Amino acid sequence: MWVRSTMAYRASFVMTTFGNFAATFFDFVAIMLMFSRVDSLAGWSLPEVAFLYGLSAVAFGMADLLIGSMDRLGRRVRDGTLDTLLVRPAPVLAQVAADRFALRRLGRVTQGALVLGWSLSRLDVDWTPLKLLLMPVMIAGGCGIFCAVFVAGAAFQFLAQDASEVQNAFTYGGTTLLQYPPAVFTEGLVRGVTFVLPLAFVNWVPAAYVLGRPCPLGLPGWTAFVSPLVALACCALAGLAWRAGLRSYRSTGS
Amino acid sequence: MDAGRLYVAVAAGGFRRYATYRAATAAGVFTNTVFGLIIVCTYRALWDARPHLGGYDQAQAVTYVWLGQALLSTLAIGGGGVEEELMERIRTGDVAVDLYRPADLQLWWLAADLGRACFQLLGRGVLPFLFGMLCFHAYLPPDAGTWLALLVTLALAMLVGFGIRYLLALSAFWLLDGSGVTRIAQLAGYFCSGMLLPLNVFPGTLGEVVRALPWSALLQAPADVLLGRADLLGVWLFQAGWAVALLGAGRLLQSAATRRVVVQGG
Repeated sequence: MWVRSTMAYRASFVMTTFGNFAATFFDFVAIMLMFSRVDSLAGWSLPEVAFLYGLSAVAFGMADLLIGSMDRLGRRVRDGTLDTLLVRPAPVLAQVAADRFALRRLGRVTQGALVLGWSLSRLDVDWTPLKLLLMPVMIAGGCGIFCAVFVAGAAFQFLAQDASEVQNAFTYGGTTLLQYPPAVFTEGLVRGVTFVLPLAFVNWVPAAYVLGRPCPLGLPGWTAFVSPLVALACCALAGLAWRAGLRSYRSTGS
Repeated sequence: MDAGRLYVAVAAGGFRRYATYRAATAAGVFTNTVFGLIIVCTYRALWDARPHLGGYDQAQAVTYVWLGQALLSTLAIGGGGVEEELMERIRTGDVAVDLYRPADLQLWWLAADLGRACFQLLGRGVLPFLFGMLCFHAYLPPDAGTWLALLVTLALAMLVGFGIRYLLALSAFWLLDGSGVTRIAQLAGYFCSGMLLPLNVFPGTLGEVVRALPWSALLQAPADVLLGRADLLGVWLFQAGWAVALLGAGRLLQSAATRRVVVQGG
């Protein structure tokens, strides 16, 4: 239904879809502009950075397409419209995810896929069956990790009702972070996004294996393959947080 | 109440209204700080590879990043000022009520937006900036004159920022749903104001074009003033010129809209 309703304002739909496509595209234009002035960033070439960028954008874009409406939860808690969802015979999480389901978010996935395709055409990768297998695995794992971040952020909004922007720091901030090589960042930050909030498994760790670079933080090579497990663990934790949040929910009653 | 006091009251209301949401402000400070951290790291890698890129040294590039984070919500560079509410009022037809008020539509919203901008500068802008200045090796101008000049530049930037967003909001009279325009404006704002990369790093003709557009009055102009790279009078004339042009265009569009467009209602 949300698909049809957004189609009602056709000019606006075209502009938002293009906008979402271009939004991420401009991020990449900024990276290309950087590379118009330098040959490498922290030792990484443009196709290599584009590879990181494409992986992160596709994984994040898929998660955003699936459950990106989570940041509206704070508003629902504030104005009490969450109650409507609670009495319906369907899981609340699914309903919040489908709330304002926006096909226009396809723009982000498309753009990420284009950059990823371009980088693959430029990269000189020594392809093995394992590396080929790792590509879909890491995208699925990355999507799972970002989904967990979205759900955890939504759970947090039960507590802090009008602090939905904190979520942006982890979702949009996370994907921005992953678009650059780990060597750009301080070791403390890299440790944080590897062991605390394991965003590094979206692309940094598996991509290092594909590109034949040493793993960040000197992690052993097999960690490139654990993204789906990390995603599962994250989703489980986020699910628990969501349930705790939902239990603590008190309607505004107004 | 005479007109001047009315608009001061509207501005004060805008300030207080945003000041009410403390958790949202704290969340904003947190988010701006996180993004500042990420961008500072990428800029440092960039300036490591190419020292004095765009005429900045590392410390100046760092200051640039945190100034950008301070101004992002102040000037609503990616949107998120009063224009969202105005668009919603146009879409639902509530704007008809506004038009009957004994106040000018444009000045009313300008006052509300200035109040909002002043709060965002103090509530959301200053803290990330201070954090950046304390935690990184940054450049700060030693003389008070530069800071005063920065305040003037910021005031002009607020006018330009509102001018752009008011035009966008009025487009809702024709398009009804403003989300598409908002999205495009967000992109233009980020890219052309220098949020993604300082405009003086842009190569060749692209750089010249982008620096001549109104968005460069939002971040590049204050940065030039703060980093002591500006011919003050030139910057102010540039900003004031765009402010007059945009606000004038807003006035024309507003009269066209109120004359020709049928307001929605139910």
